[in-house]
Amino acid sequence: MNPAENNSVCSVKIDASCRVPLLALFGGAALWLVVGLALAIVASLTFHNPEIFAGCSFLTYGRVAPAANDLLVYGFAIPAALGVMLWIFARLSQSNLELPIIPVVAAHFWHLGVLVGTLTILTGNSSGFTWLEFPRAGAMLIGVGFVLIAISAVATFGQRKERELYPSHWFFLAALLWFPWIYATANLFLVSTCPVRGVTQAVINWWFANNLIYVWLALVGLGTAFYFLPKIAGRPLQSRFYALFTFWTLILFGTWAGISAGAPVPAWLPSMSAFASMLLVVPVIAIVIILVKTLRGAKSPPMGGAYCYIRFGVVAFIVSTAMLITVACPQNSRILEFTWFGQAQVQLQILGFSTMILFGAISEILPRVMETEMPLKKFSKLQFGLSLLGVVLFVVPLALAGAKQGHASYAPEAGKFWLMMSTTGLIFLLLASLILLANIFTMTIKWKLGLVKTVIAAVTAPLESTEVKS
Amino acid sequence: MKTGFAVFFAVVIALGGSWVGFVVAPTLQLGSAKLTKTLGTGDAYPLQRTGEATLGLQVYRSVGCVACHTEQVRQEGVEFQVVLTGVGKNPAAVSNFIATLKLTGLTKEQADSANEKIIALGGKAETHLIATGVDIAKGWGVRRSVAADFLYDAPVQLGNLRAGPDLANVGARLADANWHLVHLYAPKAYAAKPMMPSYKFLFEVRKAGATPAVDALKLPPELAAPAGFEVVPKPEAKQLVAYLLSLRSDVPLYEAPFTPATTAKP
Repeated sequence: MNPAENNSVCSVKIDASCRVPLLALFGGAALWLVVGLALAIVASLTFHNPEIFAGCSFLTYGRVAPAANDLLVYGFAIPAALGVMLWIFARLSQSNLELPIIPVVAAHFWHLGVLVGTLTILTGNSSGFTWLEFPRAGAMLIGVGFVLIAISAVATFGQRKERELYPSHWFFLAALLWFPWIYATANLFLVSTCPVRGVTQAVINWWFANNLIYVWLALVGLGTAFYFLPKIAGRPLQSRFYALFTFWTLILFGTWAGISAGAPVPAWLPSMSAFASMLLVVPVIAIVIILVKTLRGAKSPPMGGAYCYIRFGVVAFIVSTAMLITVACPQNSRILEFTWFGQAQVQLQILGFSTMILFGAISEILPRVMETEMPLKKFSKLQFGLSLLGVVLFVVPLALAGAKQGHASYAPEAGKFWLMMSTTGLIFLLLASLILLANIFTMTIKWKLGLVKTVIAAVTAPLESTEVKS
Repeated sequence: MKTGFAVFFAVVIALGGSWVGFVVAPTLQLGSAKLTKTLGTGDAYPLQRTGEATLGLQVYRSVGCVACHTEQVRQEGVEFQVVLTGVGKNPAAVSNFIATLKLTGLTKEQADSANEKIIALGGKAETHLIATGVDIAKGWGVRRSVAADFLYDAPVQLGNLRAGPDLANVGARLADANWHLVHLYAPKAYAAKPMMPSYKFLFEVRKAGATPAVDALKLPPELAAPAGFEVVPKPEAKQLVAYLLSLRSDVPLYEAPFTPATTAKP
């Protein structure tokens, strides 16, 4: 808990200053999450009936699957994480959000970029690089949007009253630096008019994919968890040292993971990558220690929606890292490499870790920012249950499909049953995300109606007699 | 604030390390890669794909084949084989000797010593170098994929999921264009329950003229177009197939040697 954060009157004002930017970021993100999961379901229908979209080029698996993945990450995870970051920065600084108009504009740039990118993929003009499918126009809008939001975040950070940095600051500042760095590098080297030649493209693509999905999502997810965990437990983070240790080991080792063992590239690249992946066991141990020590000493048993989401998210991160290490071990990589197991790890990282923590954070932040209860408060338990079931029923079947496929030496039909099972998980996740969307949209509409009413009331109010005279 | 900057630089170095390692270093190491020579014949490798196949790579990218197919054959090691190329004047002795020998899965020394003994008995034999591995055992390639195979591709579509088979050498192992066209149109033609979606949108069903079009698909009766109609590939389908047929990594290179099956001279 940050010692500076005690003044509740001040907190209300700070929350109000975040209202419009956060609505713009969260609203669009929730909408993209629903669209992304719907597209993921469309893609997984191909497992049930491969002929289903035979005549429709928009919905062919090779287009819908990357579009759905991009929507989950660029549409939902990143903008939602940016919203959470802005709010936590304002709260930790104990000052209003600086330049609040900038994130509002940036959110619109961002969501427009995602729209352009998705339509481009579906019409067949994707760039062909994993996680970089968006064309130049979409990438440009997203990049500008990110930098604008980072400006507002850093300006708010600069206003902080408590000069010492809280661990979440480290994670978030590194995330604000790292995304523009990797996204600009990858786009300039791969999607530009003169890309690098040969397999260097693949190496840079893998580096980018790992740094976006593993490192960047981990930075914002853990930063958020380390902010909320002490609040839930009612005692300080145990401890600052372990949190910073996690931070340094994560960025030192995590950034080098992601190059598959048998890749047709100079041998030092995959060796280096496998070695770094195995060292990721170090930050995972530190995270387990933080989680156990912080929650064990809680004054009252931790409860509530945010706690459930964040605990699940952190555990999912630990499992996802364990899966990453499993694939990196040379004995296993021969079997599990290029199977659905790797996809299961990626989806666990996105949906099980990042999305769950963001759900938790949003459920905690939105009521404060809007100064009202969640409109569908009745369904909040249902939403958690659905998303938990969804993640489990989506990721576990994918991992099983991967294991089966690996042991059958890549017979394509080997994991078919489990692939068909994974659709169930996606349906549960879609229902959970619909609850979130309904919450945010009801809140937004109520708030806008409130604004209109205030304006009407101001206009129709009888003029005071003094004004009439003059 | 001094420590602030120190920490900032430390973070930049920690993050930037991987940027130098995985972006700058490979660009320097591979960025100026040039044509290499194949082992044995010394031909230039790789050759630029044909125009049709280069366009086909863009179709491959556009429909997202990379979502389910890799283009990288992995290799775990090599082994040696002794191949008898002539029995000489004493066939009985040679064949008796060979019956006592293991001829595959040898080390270089074992193969050479077996070879010498066969020659001492008057026979003729060659030592062949064979690449081994799960992917190669499946018939997906004859050697591992190497960086040189992808020199001219943009985008390079290595892929990271094998929901379907690897395609690094598909042009060599399935060299029939019509097979590929029929497979794209109706994967059912070759498998009872295929995993691959059908790509009917790359084809046109149109009214047949008096004589069938030259490139009309020869489909099995249960998948054929209704009477009076024929299925014709659109240009995209033909380009995609040209690209698939151009995917051949079947020549020995310095970094991935093997003995081609055809070197045995008559």
